[in-house]
Amino acid sequence: MTILSPTSIDEAVAALADPAIQVLAGGTDFMVEVNAGHRRPDKVLSLRHIPELRTWEQLPARDDPAHVRLGATVTYTDMLQPDLAQLLPALAHAARTVGSPQIRNAGTIGGNLATASPAGDTLPVLAALEAVVEVASPLGVRDIPVATFITGPKRTALSPGELIVAVRLPLLDGHQEFRKIGVRNAMVIAVASLALAVDTRTRTVRCALGSVGPGPIRATEAEEWLAGTIDWDRPAATTEAPDLAYFGRLVAGAAQPIDDHRGTAAYRRHAIGVLAERAAAQAFGAGSAA
Amino acid sequence: MPERVATLSPIRLSVNGREYQLELDHRTTLLDALRENLDLTGSKKGCDHGQCGACTVMLDGRRANACLIFAVAAQTHDITTIEGVGAAGNLHPLQQAFIDHDGLQCGYCTPGQICSAVAMLAEVEAGWPSAVTPDVAAGPVDLDESETRERMSGNLCRCGAYVNIVAAIQDVVG
Repeated sequence: MTILSPTSIDEAVAALADPAIQVLAGGTDFMVEVNAGHRRPDKVLSLRHIPELRTWEQLPARDDPAHVRLGATVTYTDMLQPDLAQLLPALAHAARTVGSPQIRNAGTIGGNLATASPAGDTLPVLAALEAVVEVASPLGVRDIPVATFITGPKRTALSPGELIVAVRLPLLDGHQEFRKIGVRNAMVIAVASLALAVDTRTRTVRCALGSVGPGPIRATEAEEWLAGTIDWDRPAATTEAPDLAYFGRLVAGAAQPIDDHRGTAAYRRHAIGVLAERAAAQAFGAGSAA
Repeated sequence: MPERVATLSPIRLSVNGREYQLELDHRTTLLDALRENLDLTGSKKGCDHGQCGACTVMLDGRRANACLIFAVAAQTHDITTIEGVGAAGNLHPLQQAFIDHDGLQCGYCTPGQICSAVAMLAEVEAGWPSAVTPDVAAGPVDLDESETRERMSGNLCRCGAYVNIVAAIQDVVG
């Protein structure tokens, strides 16, 4: 086995011309498979030493709304830096539930996307925020919306020779959060997860579900119902609370869960509805801030 | 099946302030390099899956599972193992506190626990939130018992010395 450690994106993309090479980011899935003998790569492309992949920036306001651009190897711990967490609270909520502190120091946003696990913790957040994945190849860079990037369980729209270089996320001005259910906080794979983001500028609610389908699912009917029910012109605390249980039922109806060793489909459908109701109560319930 | 060829390369590792020159198969993890090649056996191999934390070391001051990184890829980092945290006669305050509070039984997880705790205190200092911090962007963190437990959740202790581990860490925080 040979490891290549390029120091620039261009070098990494050039190395990917070899179809046998396997991309290694934070290693939290890859190395587990190697150590267990399930993955036996001949050639590995390590992204660890490419500084431009590890940076994030707030893009100038020429984009409407403003965006944050995260390099592909930005780690979960990076997402918890107070200055970034302030801009993207739902992403920080998701990041802090991943694995353990050691795993969060290693695992990356690009790795979460490329692995495309149905339980990937950042994926519902990226789906709710309608993030865009930047993918580089010898032909240049192309944008892929997250909604079309994930094509199924552990399957993506990446073509051979393409490398995820960044993710762009819009900065929304309403309440946003991420919730997940597992048997405990640390080191568990989500049984059900949910991201909710309110955009007061466009008067929309975005709600995406994780671990209850082959990839992240947008609960569009529930989103539209809730956005149409709330009074956007008056503070939530002064208006009659919307029927959040109904919102929960709509969200549960959007789920496509399966039975597995972590939970039954029926439990997942129930749980995702509860998560939705609680998240919406934070955003729009009595005494909420939004 | 094609013949599997080991690729050997000269590598340099900076561990506990000392430079080591090695010739290693690229497949070697940092954990194996530390234990098998450098004879730094303080870092333990518990699960080899990044779940137990017994192999926790610090890379540039950040805690990492040494089983989840190839040694070749660790060359650019300043690596600190338990051997670099303290030594007999010159214990780190956390090491002394683990002794004072019986923060161990068999001791297998202890090097990882202590490396993890050293880095954890630095994270708290930097204001990084955990899964139990109410506001992710709030800044300073009060390292109470639930914060301590959550922040040490990447280190398992199968003897169940958690109560005393938390007490030891709290003692150092003061």
